[in-house]
Amino acid sequence: MANLKTSEKKTKAQSMGLHTEVLTGKTQQKFFNPDEAENFYYFGTHDVDFNKRTEIDVKDMECKEANRKIDELMSEGYGTIVIKNPQGKHSLGVGILNKLNLIFEGSLGYFGCGSMDGPIVRINGRVGWSCGENMMAGKIVIEKNAGSCFGAAIRGGDLICKGSVGARTGIDQKGGTIIIGGDAGAFTGFMMQRGRIIILGDVGINLGDSMYDGTIFIGGKIGSFGSDAVEAELTESDIGWLKRKLKVAEIGDNFDVSKMTKVVAGKKLWNYDALEPTEKKGAI
Amino acid sequence: MCGIAGLIHRGKSSNVGQELQGMLQALKHRGEDSTGYALYGDTDGQNFIMRFKVGENVAEGSSSIKEDISVYDERKKTVDRYLSDLGARIVKEERILPYSLRYEVKYDKDLMEFSQRIESVPGVEILSMGKSLEVIKDLGNAKAVCDRYNLDKVVGTHAIGHARMATESGVDIKSAHPFWGYPFSDVSVVHNGQLTNYWNNRRVLENKGMRFMSECDSELIAVYLAEKMRSGATLEEGMRDSLAGLDGVFTYFVATKDSLGMAKDTMAAKPLVLYESDDLVAMGSEEIAIRSVLPQEIETYDPFDGEVKVWQI
Repeated sequence: MANLKTSEKKTKAQSMGLHTEVLTGKTQQKFFNPDEAENFYYFGTHDVDFNKRTEIDVKDMECKEANRKIDELMSEGYGTIVIKNPQGKHSLGVGILNKLNLIFEGSLGYFGCGSMDGPIVRINGRVGWSCGENMMAGKIVIEKNAGSCFGAAIRGGDLICKGSVGARTGIDQKGGTIIIGGDAGAFTGFMMQRGRIIILGDVGINLGDSMYDGTIFIGGKIGSFGSDAVEAELTESDIGWLKRKLKVAEIGDNFDVSKMTKVVAGKKLWNYDALEPTEKKGAI
Repeated sequence: MCGIAGLIHRGKSSNVGQELQGMLQALKHRGEDSTGYALYGDTDGQNFIMRFKVGENVAEGSSSIKEDISVYDERKKTVDRYLSDLGARIVKEERILPYSLRYEVKYDKDLMEFSQRIESVPGVEILSMGKSLEVIKDLGNAKAVCDRYNLDKVVGTHAIGHARMATESGVDIKSAHPFWGYPFSDVSVVHNGQLTNYWNNRRVLENKGMRFMSECDSELIAVYLAEKMRSGATLEEGMRDSLAGLDGVFTYFVATKDSLGMAKDTMAAKPLVLYESDDLVAMGSEEIAIRSVLPQEIETYDPFDGEVKVWQI
């Protein structure tokens, strides 16, 4: 078994600054150990071959039927699946727990590709609310715009929208990276706990409201800061990371990341319950 | 939850009845307690079209009390008498259902006085009054209401509609959307959300002489905008004022004889997807509604918090 206790030695993720909090009390942290990979098994996963490609037209299918069909194709070893005519249907491509190349030729409705762990998804259209919600790992690239609650509660992976997104992007985010090529609405990074958000355009009011941890980088104008969100110094390390990340995401060519605004948690709300009533006022 | 949809053709007319039916039916999972249509049809603009009800639909699921059909007849007779007293001439009358009527009326005096007189008949409510607007609302999903009222042939320039999941008021026609912007002709409103300062605003507006027919919070928007316009504001100014004047979460559409508008609250808590081109604007709570009229790949987006937009035909 992996060592459940937090060791003195910093992990690679911690030394890179991917999360900074000091865990105390009963909080436990568990990191994946590649030596123990055989102990990790997901029910319902399939071994697929990326070179085995197929297409399905979901125009006349309900979302359950379409998702069942995707699962069936994966069980037959197809590693590249193209979905035609999604036409804004909800909950397509959810709960996929193995590696897969999934391509949507069109737009998705709510909760597109939610709760997935591993696939590489390309959506040649727009997505509705809560795209990628609860994603553990993998990558989703959206060519057009996205609705609200984009990347809600993601734990890992990369979520990239080349257009603009609605409100509450990265709400309750617990890891991973969200990259937006255009503008973002109000309450971006609301209550985020870990991970990073990169917005190349403008962002609405209450940015980073009540965020616990994590980092938000903004390229354009900020409507207003939310409660306990503060501006921090953009370091050379940040600039290097932003350049690499945007290059890999194939977004923001020649974008000057050195002029971005870095936003982090002021951490005054962290011990909110331990404060006296008069101190609470100050914290808020 | 509720779902709203709307579309406006610019520079031409289309089969808006059928198009809106498709959009609202695509949203039926957001609520099918009742469905309402506000259709802006092609007319000669000579007479007012008055859609009104003399009773409620008491089908299964309705929260209304069953009345004898003879009561409806009595109410209709009283309405006819009052119309004559007001100097209004009925050019054409249709009794679509025992409780639902459509009159074409020649009238050129004050609409507020007109409406107050007609609605003084207990159980009677004017659903809409306009030279282009017709509000049709009833229990059931979009297709059921469309079939019941033969709406799929209505040709016009624009329309808004609502699929309702009743949460804070009864399952009945009076609480269904759209709401007419009494006493202004051709103004209608649909809303998705909750308004938390409904009673405070209602008291203020009633003191200013405005009327409420239901206890549905959404009616407040229609009355609020009507009062703003009565005070001299333009529709768009009234809508912008509403972002601060109305408390809660909301996305709403408002339509007039020649325009369609949308407003979204500053929390952006309620969904809206918008498609905009030179000849058509279509919008709905979900993209799937727009796809029922535009199945091909299109550019859509979510308006941001606090956004107000108005389009002309």
